[in-house]
Amino acid sequence: MLADAWNYVLAHPAQFATAFYVHVALSGAALALAAALAIPAGIAAARTPRVALAAVGAANIGRTLPSLAVLALVMPLLGTGFAPSLFALTLLGLPPILLNTIAGLQGVDPDVVDAARGMGMAPRTVLTRVELPLAMPVMFAGLRTAAVQVISGAVLAAFIGGGGLGDFITAGIAMMAWPQILVGAIPVTLLALGTDFAFGRVQRRLTPAGLRAP
Amino acid sequence: MTWLARNWDQVAVALGQHIVIALTALVIALAIALPIGIAAARSARVYTVAIAVAGFLYTIPTLALLALLIPLAGLGRTNAIIAMVAFALVVLIRNIATGLREVPADVVDAARGMGMSARQLLWRIEMPLALPVIVAGARIAAVTIISVTVVAAYVNAGGLGTLIFNGIAGDHAPKIWSGALTACALAVAVDGAFAFAERRLRARSVG
Amino acid sequence: MIRLEALTKRFADAAAPAVDALSLDIGEGEICVLIGPSGCGKTTTMRMINRLIEPDAGRILIGGRDVTGEDPVTLRRSVGYVIQQVGLFPHMTIAENVATVPRLLGWDAARIARRVDELLERVHMDPARYRDRYPRALSGGQKQRVGVARALAADPPVMLMDEPFGALDPLTRTALQDEFLRILRELKKTIVFVTHDMDEALKMGTRIALLRAGRLVQYARPEAMLARPADDFVREFVGADRALKRLALLRTGDHATPGAPSGPLPRVRSDASLREALAALLDADADTATVIDTHGAAVATITLAAIRGVAGAANDPA
Repeated sequence: MLADAWNYVLAHPAQFATAFYVHVALSGAALALAAALAIPAGIAAARTPRVALAAVGAANIGRTLPSLAVLALVMPLLGTGFAPSLFALTLLGLPPILLNTIAGLQGVDPDVVDAARGMGMAPRTVLTRVELPLAMPVMFAGLRTAAVQVISGAVLAAFIGGGGLGDFITAGIAMMAWPQILVGAIPVTLLALGTDFAFGRVQRRLTPAGLRAP
Repeated sequence: MTWLARNWDQVAVALGQHIVIALTALVIALAIALPIGIAAARSARVYTVAIAVAGFLYTIPTLALLALLIPLAGLGRTNAIIAMVAFALVVLIRNIATGLREVPADVVDAARGMGMSARQLLWRIEMPLALPVIVAGARIAAVTIISVTVVAAYVNAGGLGTLIFNGIAGDHAPKIWSGALTACALAVAVDGAFAFAERRLRARSVG
Repeated sequence: MIRLEALTKRFADAAAPAVDALSLDIGEGEICVLIGPSGCGKTTTMRMINRLIEPDAGRILIGGRDVTGEDPVTLRRSVGYVIQQVGLFPHMTIAENVATVPRLLGWDAARIARRVDELLERVHMDPARYRDRYPRALSGGQKQRVGVARALAADPPVMLMDEPFGALDPLTRTALQDEFLRILRELKKTIVFVTHDMDEALKMGTRIALLRAGRLVQYARPEAMLARPADDFVREFVGADRALKRLALLRTGDHATPGAPSGPLPRVRSDASLREALAALLDADADTATVIDTHGAAVATITLAAIRGVAGAANDPA
């Protein structure tokens, strides 16, 4: 069966390459956008407890929404294709990043922040030199979660014309053609696992030396 | 929304199917996760292995796993439930193990000192105290399962996803809305219910 | 060196002000201890000096300069700041921690490195061993030593210390108190020191400011506060054993009569406190003790009666 799947790829190299590329592009762009929006928002929200609470509440609700439902809801509004898929996937990636940014910042030892301020660090410096480095491990865990979620969601983007490896899976299921299903399912699983692993490694390296588990 | 008014029974049926499948999967997942979680709480080795395996399963994209299960379970609810259980395990095992580990050592010590057997200790002291954390895990598991159920309609498992897929195929927006929004509402409601339960349990075990 | 003029702070939902028109004059090189019951405003007052809390009214003058309206960030770089939980940056090495303010001030790397080593030596932490380690590897006492070194890094004339030794065990606390006093003998700094421990206040303070409900009740040298408490509150706060506390501040040699006594008597060092002399006499059940100098030679006599006299001399009729 695997041989059949492999042969299928060999027979349709361009199709596979495009699907793979689109999948990666969709996921990567959605993750980048989500981070670009959620991290600054999280930093701003963490300053004020009340805003933080509201943001966490909203993100929690966002986190519970079924991925396919979010993708589907985008379709009547924005149509099908790459852009609407990107929009939906970005939405899916926002909650974990926002939640972890706020949690990470709120988890920084207040005595350390007090010492930094008391010594004459400007507020911006306190954020960049003290708070963000210390919040980094938790924040990055959020990015990791979001990355896997977005890759998984991108598979579903096939339903709204987003392209990607999900196309093989859906086509395969519709025609009960095994090779095609595997051509979609295996690479995307490897992609998800590989991304999770890679993020895990980067997370370890980005964790400040003083905080790493000895 | 006139479509909804005229076809609410369709939505209701889908919702019913959805709840039944999700509930079944949650119960099965708990039944599997419980013994594993208890063992993992006692042994770091079991914990590492269990979390690694369950974590691996969790990372597999939803539709990919459902598709890969077809040769094993065919199409239909069984397939879907197996996938859902697989996705729910890591959260449940982690929270059961963590919850048990976080029971204060002095409480356990007092209970043992009073002559409780290991079994009594587990069910009368440790599990009740670990309950808030376990419920927190069940909350995440439930929401995950509901989300997977939506996709599982594609492998003929039924549920609210059916409306969504039909809507997409027929370019019928009201069906998409009804299916998707009901699924969202269900997820939020279940999450809220679990959150409420979690809060009550926490208050009880601290006070 | 530091002058507080009618400093006032009121917090949003409070009935009374936390600090109520407080005025205080601290001389250069002095250690001014702020002490009082919880909620008396001592920490609030200290934090207004480096503007971590903004005063609602009043002025703060440092070195004759009105700093009340100055940029707080710049101000803080010229004021050392030590807190109870230390607040070392866990993600930076010890050297990086100590180098914080010099870096903010833009010193060059070589100068910073020299200064870090110099300061670590001063607080008795071998730079070669500790420079590149991380805070989590240190004990509580070591952390606070680094905290003090960090505060001294840019050589600020003024230092604020908020219960710096409060989180340490009694033995370490005493050791650090002694070391800090030793360090101050070599450097000239003006210190504002907050504590709730009267013994620490008596030991560390050049002058003690006792606060209550945001107001200054008494501001005096330790012996003066013990001998002449301003009112019942002070008397009670200082403690019922203030006579003994006073004796602990006085040197045996200063109150002994010259000329060594004869016979087998208990021996007390000249630089020991009168309280220790009293303890020695009570221990031996004797009335008289020989006072010896650092070489062990008998030089003077101290009697129970003399000690009683000193203890009672400055007491107001109770």
